[in-house]
Amino acid sequence: MNARYAIEIDGLTKRYGSMTALDRVSFRVERGELFGLIGPDGAGKTTLFRLLTTLMNPDEGTAAVDGLDCVASYRQIRSRVGYMPGRFSLYADLSVEENLAFFAALFGVRVADNYDLIAPIYRQIEPFRTRRAGKLSGGMKQKLALCCALIHRPSVLFLDEPTTGVDAVSRSEFWDMLAELKAKEISILVSTPYMDEADRCDRIALINEGHLLAVDSPRGIVSAYGERIYTLSGGDMYALLLAARRLPHVRRCCPFGAAHHLSVDADFDAAACRRQLMDEGFADVALQPAESGIEDVFIKLMNHE
Amino acid sequence: MNETVISVRNLTKCFGNFRAVDGITFDVGRGEIFGFLGANGAGKTTAMRMLCGLSCPTSGSGTVAGFDVLREGERIKRHIGYMSQRFSLYDDLTVLENIRLYAGIYGLSHRQTLRRTAELFARLDFRKERSQLVGALPLGYKQKLAFSVATLHSPEIVFLDEPTGGVDPLTRRQFWELIYETAAAGTTVFVTTHYMDEAEYCSRVSVMVDGQIRALDTPAALKRRFCAESMDEVFRLLAREAKRGD
Amino acid sequence: MGNFGSFIEKETLHILRDRRTMLVVLLIPVVLMTLFGFAISTEINNIDVAVVAPHRTESVRQAVERMASNPYCTFKGYIPSDEIDRVLRRGEAAAVAVFAADYDRIAAMPAPAEPAVQLIFDASNTNTAMSGAAYLQSILTGASTQASPVEMRLLYNPQMRSAYNFVPGIMGMIFILICALMTSVSIVREKENGTMEVLLVSPVRPMRIVLAKLVPYFMLSCINLATILLLAAYALDVPLSGSAGAIIAVSLLYLVLALALGLLISTIAEKQIVALIISAMLLMMPIVMLSGMLFPVENMPAVLQAISCIVPARWYIEAIRKLMIEGLPFAAVWREVLILLAMTVVFIVVSVKKFNDKLE
Repeated sequence: MNARYAIEIDGLTKRYGSMTALDRVSFRVERGELFGLIGPDGAGKTTLFRLLTTLMNPDEGTAAVDGLDCVASYRQIRSRVGYMPGRFSLYADLSVEENLAFFAALFGVRVADNYDLIAPIYRQIEPFRTRRAGKLSGGMKQKLALCCALIHRPSVLFLDEPTTGVDAVSRSEFWDMLAELKAKEISILVSTPYMDEADRCDRIALINEGHLLAVDSPRGIVSAYGERIYTLSGGDMYALLLAARRLPHVRRCCPFGAAHHLSVDADFDAAACRRQLMDEGFADVALQPAESGIEDVFIKLMNHE
Repeated sequence: MNETVISVRNLTKCFGNFRAVDGITFDVGRGEIFGFLGANGAGKTTAMRMLCGLSCPTSGSGTVAGFDVLREGERIKRHIGYMSQRFSLYDDLTVLENIRLYAGIYGLSHRQTLRRTAELFARLDFRKERSQLVGALPLGYKQKLAFSVATLHSPEIVFLDEPTGGVDPLTRRQFWELIYETAAAGTTVFVTTHYMDEAEYCSRVSVMVDGQIRALDTPAALKRRFCAESMDEVFRLLAREAKRGD
Repeated sequence: MGNFGSFIEKETLHILRDRRTMLVVLLIPVVLMTLFGFAISTEINNIDVAVVAPHRTESVRQAVERMASNPYCTFKGYIPSDEIDRVLRRGEAAAVAVFAADYDRIAAMPAPAEPAVQLIFDASNTNTAMSGAAYLQSILTGASTQASPVEMRLLYNPQMRSAYNFVPGIMGMIFILICALMTSVSIVREKENGTMEVLLVSPVRPMRIVLAKLVPYFMLSCINLATILLLAAYALDVPLSGSAGAIIAVSLLYLVLALALGLLISTIAEKQIVALIISAMLLMMPIVMLSGMLFPVENMPAVLQAISCIVPARWYIEAIRKLMIEGLPFAAVWREVLILLAMTVVFIVVSVKKFNDKLE
């Protein structure tokens, strides 16, 4: 079966009582695409995953995975997808190899059948194969969970916040692994609350409070929604932040790491503002135009809904 | 640096043969925002527990808020605030009930409690939320409230353990504004995070690798030293040297 | 079907790895049997008896002598009648036998119109007092040369040893504890740990995974069944006079019932603690209180008797009592077996119907 899209969602809505967790969400994921679902906790990411992995049924709208309807054909979908839920979902009291063997049996395959697919990842944890999964480090647990989700060579892989709570180095390694899997023609839907991971995806969907804010490539999103941004730094950063908010034609000013980000109107006069800040007593004021990032866009979109 | 509020020398914690924290030495001044970075398993949590008076060091010495970390753990606890992503407030109590509880724990008088509660609500712009259950608040509100509650008793130092995990970028920035404000008012902020851009907000940053502090300086100085564009790069360069997992 | 074996293997590993729990499960029957068998016995081992006798006539002395020579009684001496209360209060004696002043005359009457001996008991422990009183009465009435107005004969359990009563009760309790509690907790644990999510998103029917979970617990319970029967037969000398085969057959049915009950609980509970509370409060309490394990069902108020009908353990305990203690053949317990069978079917049907292969 060769469906055109790995995932096709149309007007998907899910409510829990009076709370709408997902509100008319629509997007498509191409075959072999690494698609990122980016949004904070409570945005509806996990709900979307549960709908697509057939763990729940939607209240409205349709969803198809691998060309199969998520409600009508949920049994077939279950044998084709790999799913790694947000929290650690292996058996802590079983060893690395016992976990892998069990998940292989669950899908009716032998570990050897698809070893080539997991080999690059599994080799990194193989030295610890007799260790209980509960005793592994965060990064290794994550690798084992990925192996278990891949052991039956799924056509679509669902990864719900695989990098949450993991340090920057392990996170980066994890994204490298996903890039390798993508090369093996596995379509991947991955969610993350870390905006800086957006650039590792082919396309992303920004989601907040159940609403889809934008869907495009990371670059496309920035060029479509980006606005004039200036970075501002120098001296007492907190006082500078408060002062910057009083400058004319500044729409918004947020602390942004090393420098504050100012989103400004067309009439913004950088040179005048810099002078004004210097006059107010700030030393070494640097005010420079910059390109918006995904976070700037996200903040803009979530403010202007 | 003016007044020192945290000062540790060769602080070490062993679990059996394992040196979780291996002789760390540093000072933190009043009103500083001190970023405490490290990969998973580098020993951050263990170190933070010792500083909070929850765990006794195997060797080394130090003072936190003027009290000895070896002998005065209980007194340290009264002079610090602590907030973590995992445990902060009781979901089944209302905002006001949570505040009263913490005020009681830290022995604030009735008048102090009333005044600081009013200040807190004004600062967070809480109105109808006051009598809501904490569990019903959006995550961002909860995190900001938790931080304000952790500083309700005007501690000298507030320890934040990954305070912004999973919150949206706007709330994250509002949260950092709170941190700035608190630090500007003279409270030292000691914070761990996995967001490397947050490391840039700190006055100084330390990076722990394998139980030791491998680098400690202002973000700008660290970036210069490692010829890196961002703290993310600095962190990766250092954390790649790690020999042990967690 | 090939993966069914590996599911069972996985469950067995879970149990084996949790050594402490496994040890507790295997030791519970031994501990309970020992406790009930030797320590918390309601049987009469030793009654300290003081005697009030205004006239120590020959026949009074003979009666006292018989009592004193009985292995289950200890004669604590004669006391004046105003000492009765003090002696009982201080625990110097558990019972006082008060002989009537004209004992000889009354005892000699063919049909005594008034009591010849009054037995005063410390009834702070009702069970021992009741059985002690009955026992003492039998000694004393046996003493009279004349036919006693009341004759008591204790069938099946002539020494009134409580071991006989508690063994079926313990069996009724332990199997629910292990099968229902342990299985429900272990299934709910998968929900709580998030592994259930992964299991559901797999082509395997979740029911099969759940059934595989029941197998090792069934085996564990079989070990317990063997332990209990062996302890009963050899350590407590309970004559397994009914056919051992029938006892085992009824017990196996009860095990399946308990497993089905565990499954049912797991479909309701979302957290381990809830499963634990349901099992402990909703299952154990009625079993202990209403199944006839401690208090005879016949003596309960009608409402409680009615409730006890839906407690599976009640029927199991009744059946095992008939088989084990009364030595009746299998045919005598068909009613209980049918009820247990019907309950099992209901539990299985309901839990399969309720079992959800979605998260909501």
